[in-house]
Amino acid sequence: MRDVVFKTEGVTKVYDTGTQKVHALAGVDLELFTGELVVLLGPSGSGKSTLLNILGGLDHATDGRVWFRDQELTTMNDRGLTRYRRDHVGFVFQFYNLVPSLTAWENVQLVTDVARNPMPPEEALKEVGLGARMDHFPAEMSGGEQQRVAIARAIAKRPEILLCDEPTGALDSKTGVQVLEALQRINETTGTTTVVITHNAAIRQMAHRVIWFQDGKIRLVEENDTQLAPSEIEW
Amino acid sequence: MEALDLKLLRSFRRLWAQALAIALVLACGVAILLMAFGMERALGDTRDAYYERNRFADVFARATRVPDHEMGRILAIDGVRAGEARVEHYAILDLPGKVETVTGLVLSLPVNGGPFLNVPLLRSGRLPEADASDEVLVNEPFAEANGLALGDRFSANLDGNRREFRITGTVLSPEFIYTLGPGALMPDNETFGILWLPERVAEAAFDMQGAFNSLSVKLDPTARAEEVIDRIDDILAPYGGLGAHGRDLQLSDSFIDAELKQLHNTALILPPIFFGISAFLVNMVIGRIVLLERSEIGLLKALGYSNAEVCLHYLMLAGLIACLGVLIGWAAGSWLARGLAQLYAQFYEFPYLIFRTPIDAYGLSGVLALLTAGLGAAQSALAVARLAPAVAMSPPAPPRFKRNIIDRMLTRLRPSQAVMMVLRSLVRWPIRSGLSILGLSLAVSVLVASGFFQDALDEMVETSFYQANRQDAALIFSPEIPETALADVANLPGVIKAEGQFYQAAVLRNGNLSKDVSIEARRPGADLARILDADARVVEPPAGGILLSERLADQLAAQPGDTIEVEFKGGRNETHQVRVSGIVRQYFGLGAYMELDTLSALLRQAPRVTTAHLRLDHNALPELHTLLKETPSLSGLSMMTEIRQSFRDTIRQNVIIMTTVYSVIAVLITVGVAYNGARIQMSERARELASLRILGFTRAEVSFILVGETMLLALLAQPVGWLLGAGIAKLLAETSSNDIYAIPLILKPAGFATASLVVLGAALISVLVVRRRLDSLDLVQVMKTRE
Repeated sequence: MRDVVFKTEGVTKVYDTGTQKVHALAGVDLELFTGELVVLLGPSGSGKSTLLNILGGLDHATDGRVWFRDQELTTMNDRGLTRYRRDHVGFVFQFYNLVPSLTAWENVQLVTDVARNPMPPEEALKEVGLGARMDHFPAEMSGGEQQRVAIARAIAKRPEILLCDEPTGALDSKTGVQVLEALQRINETTGTTTVVITHNAAIRQMAHRVIWFQDGKIRLVEENDTQLAPSEIEW
Repeated sequence: MEALDLKLLRSFRRLWAQALAIALVLACGVAILLMAFGMERALGDTRDAYYERNRFADVFARATRVPDHEMGRILAIDGVRAGEARVEHYAILDLPGKVETVTGLVLSLPVNGGPFLNVPLLRSGRLPEADASDEVLVNEPFAEANGLALGDRFSANLDGNRREFRITGTVLSPEFIYTLGPGALMPDNETFGILWLPERVAEAAFDMQGAFNSLSVKLDPTARAEEVIDRIDDILAPYGGLGAHGRDLQLSDSFIDAELKQLHNTALILPPIFFGISAFLVNMVIGRIVLLERSEIGLLKALGYSNAEVCLHYLMLAGLIACLGVLIGWAAGSWLARGLAQLYAQFYEFPYLIFRTPIDAYGLSGVLALLTAGLGAAQSALAVARLAPAVAMSPPAPPRFKRNIIDRMLTRLRPSQAVMMVLRSLVRWPIRSGLSILGLSLAVSVLVASGFFQDALDEMVETSFYQANRQDAALIFSPEIPETALADVANLPGVIKAEGQFYQAAVLRNGNLSKDVSIEARRPGADLARILDADARVVEPPAGGILLSERLADQLAAQPGDTIEVEFKGGRNETHQVRVSGIVRQYFGLGAYMELDTLSALLRQAPRVTTAHLRLDHNALPELHTLLKETPSLSGLSMMTEIRQSFRDTIRQNVIIMTTVYSVIAVLITVGVAYNGARIQMSERARELASLRILGFTRAEVSFILVGETMLLALLAQPVGWLLGAGIAKLLAETSSNDIYAIPLILKPAGFATASLVVLGAALISVLVVRRRLDSLDLVQVMKTRE
């Protein structure tokens, strides 16, 4: 029996633009397990990011229930969600979202300042292979390096879950591989539950499970018996 | 240091120019608040302590000659705690080696040592011996101005008798903190001094044995001053009482009081304007930063920072700006206070200055500045707190440009695309545009209002002191002399022309309204001291009636043709019914004018004169002064030409200081608004402007959009500023006018033009500084930046 990290029941999300209602999520039931690397696949607007935001405590579901272990996220207020994000969740975004006025080291420090049991920023940066570039500002780094700083920032708090929204979306294939390798290594060595959203179907080969989205619903869930290393994937 | 604090400091460093522009405006408010409150306190505390320690009296009265035994009745009045009688008289002094005549006010010292009330503070030497006939105390500023030392001798013409005196000590007195000689417009310690003589000497000199003519009274704390004043008036009436009064009409105190009130008003009126503008500027800048850092806000929240922490982060940025402003303001305020203290030392004679560092004024100004910045940032900071992290991470919706009536009108006019962009932007952000216009118009209004004050002052001085009064000198007689004696005055060496004028103390009554005045009487056709109305026309008081200045007529609710009651004071206390023959509009004083024969007839006396106005041949001045020093019953000489010149010089000097201060203030406001506005536009429009450059627009064409919007706002601010300035000027004129003077509302086109030129110039320079950034715009980079 695998340990359940996330469990959702009939989660819906409706965006009201005033003139029309958009159903971003139309009833999602899902379980995610400790230590697995899950890839969410699907076309734009299929609801992947919305689900990720709800799992990460960035957004509220319109209806349905979400549990993180035995805590029900859907009943938490803003303060509770902030606490939850601070203690348990690491995020990686498509556009890195580094603070341009802070160096790599300081961007990681942003997290270690508020986390309960963080690793030192330099350790997190070494983990992603950036031990030599800690004093550089974002503008002085390549896109791949910036994304790896973002990953270092996400793992520095030793999160139980790592949520990655299109982490390679803005990168070329070579740097994309470096970023994915970092994610896979962290997943393997720390057992952090990792959720990766992507457009790139090839990436699914590195996951334990692949969840296909369409029109706000789960279309298909696949399990991979073997996982490929990112360098072995054909882009 | 925590990473969030590092981000804060780096943001602040990046924004330094904008932050400084705001901080300087804020600093103006802090500095003025600190200076005005600090000085009001220092001046007030010093005055209060001085009055308390030296027992400054509460009620003052003068009369012609009151027998000493009446003092018992005065001390018996309910509410009177202490009273002191003395002899008070003007005298002409002859200082060794000084050609000019000097006027002295002689006060008697009680037999048993120093006075009990209005105690002079001994600064050097000792009090005169009670039985010494040649010993005198003088006020310290007079001794210093004339280089007189202890033991120095000078002579005085006391009621026609020349006497030699030796200085035994110098003093300062709470009665003479602000010392104005007869006919003077400003303190002049060189030509006017206070002398304290032993009672015996003073009484003998002025024929006042067993009598007094000046009274000071200290009241119980619970006593009602008006009642005591009425009782004293009753007692002194048979002895030529001139009307008792409280501290409010004591010359020295009323000047200090006016200064305190002005400081108080300054502290209340000016700082809120600066704080208001600062709040707007902070609002604009923080609002823009929040917009730019939208995704960073989302990120911080995603990382687990709470709403309060992120909100506080932006409030602290505003707080840093406020801190900078407070520090600059404190430094400037302390500097200004020191400057003001020096100015006070020039006009006010205090033995000491109680200046406690006004910790609460520092505290208050600091807290207000922080609140101002906080208030300015509040809207944006709250929006930050409310912003949901998932929403913050996605780019903001583009601003909605809607087609409204103005827009359709614009389209009809078919302006160029650049002009269209400028105009649409104004219409798109109506509140921001409106507030920018308001801010810039305040800068204009400050200059218009300060310019008005100078023009008004010039006009008042010109009309009242140059056109109305054209005498070279005025001789003041006490007691007054028969008009026939004017012929002797006219025969004095160097006197080309002499005209007499008579002053009569009186109470004017109309129904239940009354006013203590001094009626001026002169011959028709007087040429040296004329009555002029506000339009500089000569007015003559008609025979048989009384001419009132407009302010006095208003206070008495009297109309031309009304009959009012005139009660003479100081001698024959008779009451007459006199017809108001006319009303004259004037800038200065509560004038009441009569024809000399009419007044003399009412007083049943041959015409007499109190003052002789002279036109002089300046070559004969030394000879004239020598003779005047020997003239009996001459109590003062005012060299009007010199007095007017030094008054005008002082005003000029003050006007230059004021103009500089207000110009700096206006420029700071303009730069604060224009520079920040342009920087924000630049940041909002970087992509747009870069796109235009890529499309082939020249730098000049692109600059036009940036410069055009700011300058259009500045132009629109002009008429608003003119109106505001005229309104402030009107308010200033109305609130500054009092019993003594009315400030005319004089607005000259040149004043408006100067204000506009300064503000437009400062705005243009501000925006050109920002425009230089356009040259370094990296076109490719800008287009790649995600908004």
